[in-house]
Order: sequence, then structure tokens, then C-alpha cells
Amino acid sequence: MLRPQTEQDLADAVAAAPAPLRIIGGGTRDFGRPVDGDPLCVAGLSGITLYEPGALTMVAQAGTPLTEIDAALTAKGQRLPFEPTDMRGLLGTTGTPTIGGVFATNASGPRRVQVGAARDFLLGVRYVDGRGTVVKNGGRVMKNVTGYDLVKLMAGSHGTLGVLTEVSFKVLPVPKAQATLTLPDLNEVDGLAAMSAALGSPFEVSGASQGMLSPDCRAPVFFRIEGFASSVAYRADQLSQLLARFGQVEVTTDPVASARIWEDIRDVSAFRDHAFVARMSIRPSTYPAFLFDAMNTFLSYSPKARGFDLMTDWGSGLVWVGATAEALTRNADVAPDPGSTDPQLLGARLLMDYLHSFCAVEGGHATLIKGPRTLREKIPSFQPEAASIAALTAALRARFDPRDLLNPGIML
Amino acid sequence: MEMPVPDARIMAKKAQLVSRLLEVLPRHAVIDDVAETRAYECDALAAYRCPPLCAVLPSSTNEVAAVLRICNDMGVPVVPRGSGTSLAGGALPTADCVILGVARLTDVLETNYDDRFIRVQSGRTNLSVTGAVEQDGFFYAPDPSSQLACAIAGNIAMNSGGAHCLKYGVTTNNLLGVTMVQMDGTILTIGGAHMDAGGLDLLGVICGSEGQLGVVTEATLRILPKPEGARPVLIGYDSNEVAGVCVSDIIKAGVLPVAIEFMDRPCIEATEAFAKAGYPMCEALLIIEVEGSPAEIDEQLAVIKAIAQRHNPVELREAADDDQAKRIWLGRKSAFGAMGQINDYMCLDGTIPVSELPYVLRRIGELSVEYGLGVGNVFHAGDGNMHPLILYNANTPGDLEKCEAMGADILRLCVEVGGCLTGEHGVGIEKRDLMHVQFTAADLEAQMVVKDVFDPKWLLNPAKVFPLDSSAGRRV
Repeated sequence: MLRPQTEQDLADAVAAAPAPLRIIGGGTRDFGRPVDGDPLCVAGLSGITLYEPGALTMVAQAGTPLTEIDAALTAKGQRLPFEPTDMRGLLGTTGTPTIGGVFATNASGPRRVQVGAARDFLLGVRYVDGRGTVVKNGGRVMKNVTGYDLVKLMAGSHGTLGVLTEVSFKVLPVPKAQATLTLPDLNEVDGLAAMSAALGSPFEVSGASQGMLSPDCRAPVFFRIEGFASSVAYRADQLSQLLARFGQVEVTTDPVASARIWEDIRDVSAFRDHAFVARMSIRPSTYPAFLFDAMNTFLSYSPKARGFDLMTDWGSGLVWVGATAEALTRNADVAPDPGSTDPQLLGARLLMDYLHSFCAVEGGHATLIKGPRTLREKIPSFQPEAASIAALTAALRARFDPRDLLNPGIML
Repeated sequence: MEMPVPDARIMAKKAQLVSRLLEVLPRHAVIDDVAETRAYECDALAAYRCPPLCAVLPSSTNEVAAVLRICNDMGVPVVPRGSGTSLAGGALPTADCVILGVARLTDVLETNYDDRFIRVQSGRTNLSVTGAVEQDGFFYAPDPSSQLACAIAGNIAMNSGGAHCLKYGVTTNNLLGVTMVQMDGTILTIGGAHMDAGGLDLLGVICGSEGQLGVVTEATLRILPKPEGARPVLIGYDSNEVAGVCVSDIIKAGVLPVAIEFMDRPCIEATEAFAKAGYPMCEALLIIEVEGSPAEIDEQLAVIKAIAQRHNPVELREAADDDQAKRIWLGRKSAFGAMGQINDYMCLDGTIPVSELPYVLRRIGELSVEYGLGVGNVFHAGDGNMHPLILYNANTPGDLEKCEAMGADILRLCVEVGGCLTGEHGVGIEKRDLMHVQFTAADLEAQMVVKDVFDPKWLLNPAKVFPLDSSAGRRV
């Protein structure tokens, strides 16, 4: 494994690489097409370079552990407002998440609707492209339109355009208080309506999610409010009134209990034991059609048991689709001609293909986050792109990484 | 400021070009009369002018595609134009170019309150986007000062900001999708009404690319529920430094105002003479606005006022009603006009780390003395986006050049302290040749290869953003 300790080492390593590289930060976000390449670990480039609480900005080397960043921010009453997903529970990985990995995968949580995603907080990057050239873009100030915004392009590019060596990003103060409002038992239609009403209200809802639906399509719905204590109390009250038509609202003001609810939503803890997990980014009003259509597709052969589980995180604009190993096997029944294929693999493939085709028609995109490695090797994990977009994407990659060295194929 | 020598071969083909354009556009959409093309000779950076070869005003995405295909085929450069309010010369023509204006693309195509977005044609003005949804309690957040006139197309090209972006972000944080036409006429749909990019974040690099990657004809924009209310306070200090520390303390205290605006003495004096907003005569004036319910506003303002008091303000005035709120904003909103009454001015927009504010203001004062040109500072203090207004007289020979040299010094200073050349206006032609100050050759090359991919012939707005010596081998 290559373990450069400086940006220059890293640049030299890429320039000299004879074969494709598999880029690793903490190794906790193992999804996408498995990369066949020499591991290049960025964890050696570590440390906070600059932190100015009064300017709400931090600069850190890409391999800096997230725990170190969180500790420094907490000491000054600040945080990463986009609450990056911790994938370890879901994927069963064990490493230490790094700040570079967070931005390379644009890992963002349920506060997306209020503050934005990781890409919205990334102010500047330094990276090594596929030629081994060091490039910088953006900076450490909040408003910057000097030249093209390659910062956004790098965020979520999974290392395929360059290896991040340093990131600068915006942080925000931790609000003094928070509350979680819960409607404990709604069906999926009312759940969606309640979340739309809350997100369209002026009460600054910073999270809206319905938990994993039961077999009869019911689950609790959660809403989050943050700010100064009296403001939180006021908005919790207003929002409870607004939601009264959906039922009696329970309010959790204990910060630890409230925070735990949102950590579970952020980390998709409900699907921890599922064999298959996909993330679907669609607009909320598409959801009823999706539910109806998906259930019809995968229910027909086994009316008692759905072939998948669902939870929604409308704060992030996401639907999470999970399936147990047993459900995947059942889904294989939908195949017109299953042949001799492993039924679990076949079921997973049918489900993922279905999600991709739904998004292709209705807009949005679906990404396989967890699935058998053999599946990830065979089918696209990311949403297949329209031909014109795929051509641009390929042409950009060819310019940034002409030797196809950097995580080749991971975003297929 | 240098522009490429217009290509005589292209100019000689004007008649042929116009007749081909008339095959795809109605007569009224093609402006080729020499006198009429003058209407497009400049944008809001009015010091530089050059009538284009002709201008076109298409009414649909397909017409835009047809125009671009013809120009691509004939090798004619195209300069896209929104409403022509660029302060950086983003829409400045060359004599051999076609101006492609989106002024006739103004429709609202879809509003959706459940999913909280609006889809509009890109020639629609910024303020009229909010106008289309405000009766239902929603608004579009980015609010550049020119919002009455500026088009969404230009906002996307420049990634425009505004006074309220401290809380709501700039254009790129509020843009969900675009329909864009590439120079070869290919129509692309990027993003949509959902959040996040599925693959590479192409939308992220298109926003702020100054019309060099394609012509955006439609945009899907996030709309937000309107806050219950807003209230400003005005705080005066007898030193810039103290005002700067006050801003930093407020941010550190965990309050996030929607706007923190800063004006210095020259600007306060000019504004008072012009708008008579009743501002105190002092060295530095802050206008801080917070939003929410009346109770929330009280709570946030209490924190802000307590911090402000600790620094011994010469004045602390809270708006008691809407009328007083308007008076507090009146001076700030007429500041540019007020400075314009004194003389011609050049408006810069470099951004600096907030901590460097006192030092940078002091250095600007020193430069003002050195060059013998007056400067007023009025800017977004919360995010460090400076707006020094350098006064000069356009009728005095040499004054413009002196003013530009001083502007360049100020921008170099911004980069030196860890900031950047432009925070929200864009590079255009104005800061093009200073890009070397902020970027290495490798940094610029990494940006230019993106243009190579989207516009291989470098025909779209080619003489902007990148220093001419850097882009020389790529431009025709």
C-alpha cells in the first residue's frame, strides 16, 4: 500500500504509478463498483491547518480524522452543519472516517434541506490530478466566484478527478437548543403530507423523516427544530398546531435523546442488518407513484411480504430502499426466467434495475450503497446517465485523469 | 484592458451570417443594423464598449440551439447576455461576435410548493421569480442589488450573491437544475427538481462559469417559505477595527443574522448628503438584520445588542416599525447611487477572511492617499465580501487608468491576506488579467480543460475569465 506523508509524496506517487490506484481515506465508505488497483492511503496527510471560529472557517489536510475535526469544533461551540453520514454501522466497515472521504463522497445528512449538503460547505480544495499535478481551486472565504468552481466538481467525485490533499470548509455555531417532534403512527400518504406541510412552513424545520414502514405501511414521522431555547419552544408549539390534523404531536426536548433520533436517521440504522440498501434522490411528490408502482412490481408473487423496506428522509430529499437476504430471494420470483442464477443476486439486481429505471423516467437518481460484491461488480451502482451527460463526464475524466489511474470505474 | 483583435474574416461574413440566422429566427429577433447593435455595446461596466457584429433574441431553447449551431459551424464567437447588468464586463461584445440575449425567455414554466421549487426561463428577472411565488408565502433567496433588472441567466453565469447570503447562500446553493445548450447546439438537461447530483456535479461547475460552457435557457430553483418577519438594527462605531471585532463576536456567539452590512465614513457622508437617511456621522456603521417570529427577533437582537454595547457604540438604533426599518436600509440601498453623485466610480468585490477586515480597510485608506483617489467602502461584512468604490473622473485623461491600477492593488491585497479577487460579481474582463495573482498556471489549466470539454472551439465568451496569454493557444 502507498502511504504518502506529504502532498508532494502523493503527487510523486501518482505520477509514478504504473497501474490504477484505489484511493482510501479511512476506508469506511466502501460502495460503488469495486476498484481493482493498488491501495493509495491518504490518512498520512493529517492535521488541522487553520481554524478561525470568528470567520466560521477551517482548513484541514484530507486525511484528518473526522473525530479530530469534531473535537476542535466542539471546543468552540461549532460543528459541521451538514452532519456527514457515518457509514460504518450500515456497511460493517471499521476504519476512521476522514474529512477528505466526507467531501469526496459528498456525505450529507438530514439537515440538507435547511443548510445544504457537504458540497455547499466546501470552500476550497487542493488535489493531485491523474498526471501527478498539484492543483488548487476556491479558497477559504465564503464568497468566491474567481474562476470555475472546481470545488463543487471535486465534491462527490469519489476521487475520480483527483486525490484531495487539503480541504477548506465553512462551519456553523451549534444551536443552543433542539427539539424533535414525533407523530408516532402515520401511514405513508399522511406521513408525506405532514412532512410537506412542515417543510413548507416558516418554522425552519431542519429534518423531516418517516421511519421504516411496517408491513401495513405505517411508521412514526420525525421533525427537528433547532435554535435559541425560546425560539425552539415557540416553533415547536406552532408546528404542533400546524400538524394537529395528523394526530397528537409528542415533543422531545432532551438534547441527547433528540440527537440520537437524528443520528439513526443520518446513518440509516434501521437498515443495518439488510443485505441490500439503495439511496434514491427524488422529489417528494414522486413518492406516492413510486410506492404504488414498486409495490405492484414486487408484490405480485408474494402478496404477504414486500420485497423491500422503505424509509424516507425528506430533509435530504431521500428515499432509502432496503431488502433483507430473504426478501431478495423472494424478489427473484418476479424474473420471467430466473434460470440457474443465485436467486438472492438476481433479486437484488431486479430491485436495483427497477430503481434506476424509475428514476430515469421520473427524474432523480438511485445509488446502490450496500449489496453483494458480485452484484456491485456486475451492475451499475450509480444512476446510468443520459448519453450526452455521460459523454461530458467521460471527457472530463479523460482530461483530469488521462491514464485512468484514479479509482477507475467506481462511479459506474 | 486588452481585447483580442476582431477577426476580419468573420466580420466579412456578416451578410451570410445574418441570412442564415434569419432562416431560424423571425426578423424581429435578429438585430443587425449598425445603429441598433449599439444597444448591446456594453453592460454595467460601461467604461468599455464595442458594438457586436449582430445580436439575436431567441424565444425558445430550440431557437437558441439553432443559433448556436450556425455560429459554431461558421466559427463565430457568441457572447451570451442576460440583462446586461454585469459589473465585470461579462457581456462585453467583441466586434466579431454575436450577442445572444435571453431577454425574451421570461416565462414561469412550473411552480411546486410540495417540492418547493420553481422552473423558469432564464431571461426572467431575479425579483420577478420571487414575485411569482410570494403571494403563496415563498421567496427565492439570492438577492443581488440589481435584482430588479438582472436575469436568472446572468445570476447563474456569475453565481450571484446578495445581502442575505450569509444565511441563505448564493446562487449555486439554490440552483437545482438547468436546461443548457452547448455551443454545438446539443441541448442538455442537468439536475432537476431533486437535490444532489447523481454522478459528477456538473451543475456545480456550470454555475459561475460566466457563460463559457453553454447558454442556460431554463432553471429549476429552490424556493423557501418566507420568514414570519425581519428587523434591522443600526450600530455606529468610531473605528473600523472595533466594528470588525463586533461582527466577529456576533458570529462567534452563535447568532446567524441574515445580513451584516458595513459602511465606512466616506460612504456614510455621501449617503447622508444624497438620501438623508438620518445616519450618525461616525467611522463605521453596521446594519444587522435578523428574521423570525417577533419573539425570535427579540431574542436574537438582545444577544446582538449586548455584544454591540460591550464595544461602546456611538449609536445603537433598533427599528421599532416597518417605517424605521426602511429608513435604516434606505441609506445602504442608495449607497452606490450616492457615490455616483460625487463622481464616476469603479466597484470592486474582492473577498477577505473576516479577521483581516481592519488591516485591509487601513491599507485601502493608505492606497487612497497614495493614488489621490477617494474610496468608500460598503459591503457584506458577515462573509468578508468587500465592495470598495473608487472614485475617479472619466473625463480626466489618465484617471481611469489610475483607478484601475489602484483597484488592482486592492485586489492583490485581498489575495495576499488569504482572500480572492471576486466574491460575487465575476471575473469577466475586469479581473481577467489578475487571475495570475491568485492562480498558478496549473490551476488555470485545470479550469480551462473544463471549457475544452464543453466548448472545444472556444467560441463561447472566449475572451473572458482567463488571462489572454493563458488562453491564447485555445482561442481561434
